[in-house]
Amino acid sequence: MNLNADFFAFAYLVATILFIFGLKGLSHPKTALRGNRLSMIGMGFAIVVTLFHPSVSNYGIIFGGLAAGAVIGIPLAMRIKMTAMPQLVAALHSFVGLAAVLVAGGTYLMHAQEGHVSAVLLTELIIGSAIGAITFTGSLIAFGMLQAILGSAPLVFRGQHALNALIIGAILTLSGLFAYDHNVTLFAAVTVLALLLGFLLVLPIGGSDMPVVVSMLNSYSGWAASATGFTLNNQLLIATGALVGSSGAILSYIMCKAMNRSLLNVILGGFGTTAEAAAADASKKPCRSASTEDAAFMFENASSVIVVPGYGMAVAQAQHAVKELYEQLHSRGVEVKFAIHPVAGRMPGHMNVLLAESEIPYDSVLELEEVNPDFSRADAVLVIGANDVVNPAARTNKSSPLYGMPILEAYKSKMVYVIKRSMNPGYSGVENDLFYLDNCSLIFGDAKKVCEGLVNCLKAN
Amino acid sequence: MSTTMTAIYVFTLACFVGYHVIWGVTPALHTPLMAVTNAISAILVIGAMFVAGSPEANQSVWIQALGFFAVTLAAINIFGGFVVTNRILAMFKKKS
Repeated sequence: MNLNADFFAFAYLVATILFIFGLKGLSHPKTALRGNRLSMIGMGFAIVVTLFHPSVSNYGIIFGGLAAGAVIGIPLAMRIKMTAMPQLVAALHSFVGLAAVLVAGGTYLMHAQEGHVSAVLLTELIIGSAIGAITFTGSLIAFGMLQAILGSAPLVFRGQHALNALIIGAILTLSGLFAYDHNVTLFAAVTVLALLLGFLLVLPIGGSDMPVVVSMLNSYSGWAASATGFTLNNQLLIATGALVGSSGAILSYIMCKAMNRSLLNVILGGFGTTAEAAAADASKKPCRSASTEDAAFMFENASSVIVVPGYGMAVAQAQHAVKELYEQLHSRGVEVKFAIHPVAGRMPGHMNVLLAESEIPYDSVLELEEVNPDFSRADAVLVIGANDVVNPAARTNKSSPLYGMPILEAYKSKMVYVIKRSMNPGYSGVENDLFYLDNCSLIFGDAKKVCEGLVNCLKAN
Repeated sequence: MSTTMTAIYVFTLACFVGYHVIWGVTPALHTPLMAVTNAISAILVIGAMFVAGSPEANQSVWIQALGFFAVTLAAINIFGGFVVTNRILAMFKKKS
């Protein structure tokens, strides 16, 4: 078949539109599955059309690669636990990054074989490879931290920022040289420096800032695809990469806003290294503690209960016990809502997925702005494995590091029960004023055991 | 208009489209959003196919190898990303 360039350009436009509608589907859980199907069709269509492109042959290699990807990717996606989603996403980002480096390298070799390469193309190639390389190693570090292969404490050392600046300077200088007089050594040198930069940029960021890091790398993987599009002069890659890039950027922004920190502050890193000091006088003030029986009695006689789950719930694997608690109360006519803070969990929306997995209906799971007005009307609140996100100091105490951070206003309800393992502070290291309020009681114990205890008390009655 | 300039147009306009579409995504679905953007950023596979399938690849084992690994990595993302997104979205159910 002899198809002309416009045919391919048009087919790629169709694929781009399918991706846009695919993403639009995610505006509501009802349309989301259909959206995902549209994106899949877009991808399949783009691949099939490309097979007919006159400058594409060697089908053996292409089909071999696609088949290998399916054999590795599908079982991985089927088996992954929902608590481990952030790791999977980080790993997949690293693959996109590495693929961008390989494509840039391959494209460079193809053109170098022909002889003359324009300075514009060389610049695009080197940018594509550098962004890909930063995405690759940055994501590897993020994966290592999330999988707990690496410690989650931020690695900070003197002269860190100066070193990064030096590397960026070297990358820019060598890239300029490459565009002027290209050779493989310069290409490799820039790529290696960018790989190093990826490591250095993510290492100083603390494990608890992971939602921002994962979103940022999501964004980079999009920009890497876009840059590759520039080198190949392929509008599909450019547009799709831009969609993904802006998606990651918006998610990073939302996460930063939810922590009341600037993106720069997160990227420069080191947050949480001086945290321990603030917790010194934690046990001095009196606070109430309650038994599971007391709490169960309160919940049973309430007309409306709000549950605030945090990452601690996932760590304790308590989500199924929470679902049982939900059912027990729901069957007694108690209205149960779940309140999700944007940074609960290890990636954006993580808590919603964990609750959905334990079959809690999504329409009883509410976001911060939706649920905050309800707290003052709620009879009781149950906080499970969340801490900083319910700290009223963020509202009232100007000297608190949390001041200004949007919080779930659990303290406004008639009665608050907090399931806690110990009196240790949250990751910010800031003491939680909520625990010392008159309407707050602590239930000490493991989140899963306490929830099961509550369920048993309810069943006994 | 040069091809580079056209590319810059497409890139800029796509960023605006992305901005508006993504703000419309409900926060509850931010995890599947990341999973699916992961899958579609692997549109890079097209670039990888142009490397692996190029006539130049026939003359160079290096280009073949780079192309093959790039296709494989992108394909892991495509299959892995779409399958896991599907799995997550299937969990979101209404009150029955």
